[in-house]
Amino acid sequence: MAIEGVDIVKAAAFLGAGISMGLGAIGPGVGEGMVAAKACEAIGKNPKEAGLLTRTMLVGQAVSESTGIYSLVIALLLLFVV
Amino acid sequence: MQMDVDTLIRVAAFTGGGIAMGFGAIGAAIGEGYTAAQANVAVSRNPSLSGDLFKNMLVGQAVAESASIFALVIAILLLFLDVPGHSKLTAAALFGAGLCIGFGAIGSGIGSGFPGGQCCMGIARQPAVVSKMTTNMLIGSAVCQTPAIFSMVVALMLLFMDFSKLPLFPTWAALIGAGVSTGLAAIGSGYGGGLAAGASCEGLARQPEAGSNLTTTMLVGQAVAQTPSIFGLLISFILIFKTFPESTSLSAAMALLSAGICMGFGGIGPGIGNGMAAEGAVRWVARNIKSAGELMRIMLVGQAVSQSTSIYAMVISLVLIFVL
Repeated sequence: MAIEGVDIVKAAAFLGAGISMGLGAIGPGVGEGMVAAKACEAIGKNPKEAGLLTRTMLVGQAVSESTGIYSLVIALLLLFVV
Repeated sequence: MQMDVDTLIRVAAFTGGGIAMGFGAIGAAIGEGYTAAQANVAVSRNPSLSGDLFKNMLVGQAVAESASIFALVIAILLLFLDVPGHSKLTAAALFGAGLCIGFGAIGSGIGSGFPGGQCCMGIARQPAVVSKMTTNMLIGSAVCQTPAIFSMVVALMLLFMDFSKLPLFPTWAALIGAGVSTGLAAIGSGYGGGLAAGASCEGLARQPEAGSNLTTTMLVGQAVAQTPSIFGLLISFILIFKTFPESTSLSAAMALLSAGICMGFGGIGPGIGNGMAAEGAVRWVARNIKSAGELMRIMLVGQAVSQSTSIYAMVISLVLIFVL
């Protein structure tokens, strides 16, 4: 099996994309789960504020999501642009 | 270094067997330790119930043990089975099978320990509902085992299917990727499902009359927490059953291996996160049953957002398999 330079670069980009999106998905998944767990706690304690709490939860999760989106962007760049 | 095919297959089978049992032993041991620790606390609180507590501890531990027994079965098969097909691809398939069940047993083993432990604590607190507690624990921990069972299924497929007619390049990477995908993705779902099941046992002791609400919320939460491992299983099936055109380029192989790694790691976080959300919801259904509907709704919304990163990972995996 002959391996050329271009091929090795492409292979590294593919592997890098997988590692980027794979590992990058761990943090947001756990973090957003923590937010949702605490939002449940808050609604359990104070059900009247459910709307406000849902909003706060979603905004918090959206911020936590951003690192997952960075990973996605880097993965797509590695796959299609670089 | 030249190696004949039989030697290569045996090298792969023995390495895979070691990985399967080594990694596969982590989860169940931690889970059972947690159950036993909680059982000790429970006995010290209520020594008159030591018989019931001892029995429940053993039942809970037995369920948690099953994940590592799956790993043991696959490891023994890898050591002694005369595998069908003799090609270099068989070696890749055997190694993939070992990785799959080794990683896949970690989450379910740890996760199943939580309901066992919380059930013991619950019995010490509320001895009147022993049988209800045990049933709830068994349902919860059985669902925790499903990711390990997915891994077992993929490992058995890799062991017993005959891949010898497929092109060696790049199928070898697809087979290892298939093992990694389901194996790693199972870690999060198993652990997360356990968090929800533990909280429902704790809640049942606190509020026995909320029993059916608790079990429903637990099962819905666990089902959502299970999805990342189902995504992993999907990617594994595609990698196993799709026929890839022969190509000796390294990049074609790395795209398939990378698809498995991406979905595998990508499933860990959302699985744990979904489990945390379900744990929070179940815990507060027990404390505030009037808001059960509201809690279920917020749990599902929170889980859906937490799920998104595993969907990104699946998209990247599918692009790696089908587009590139």
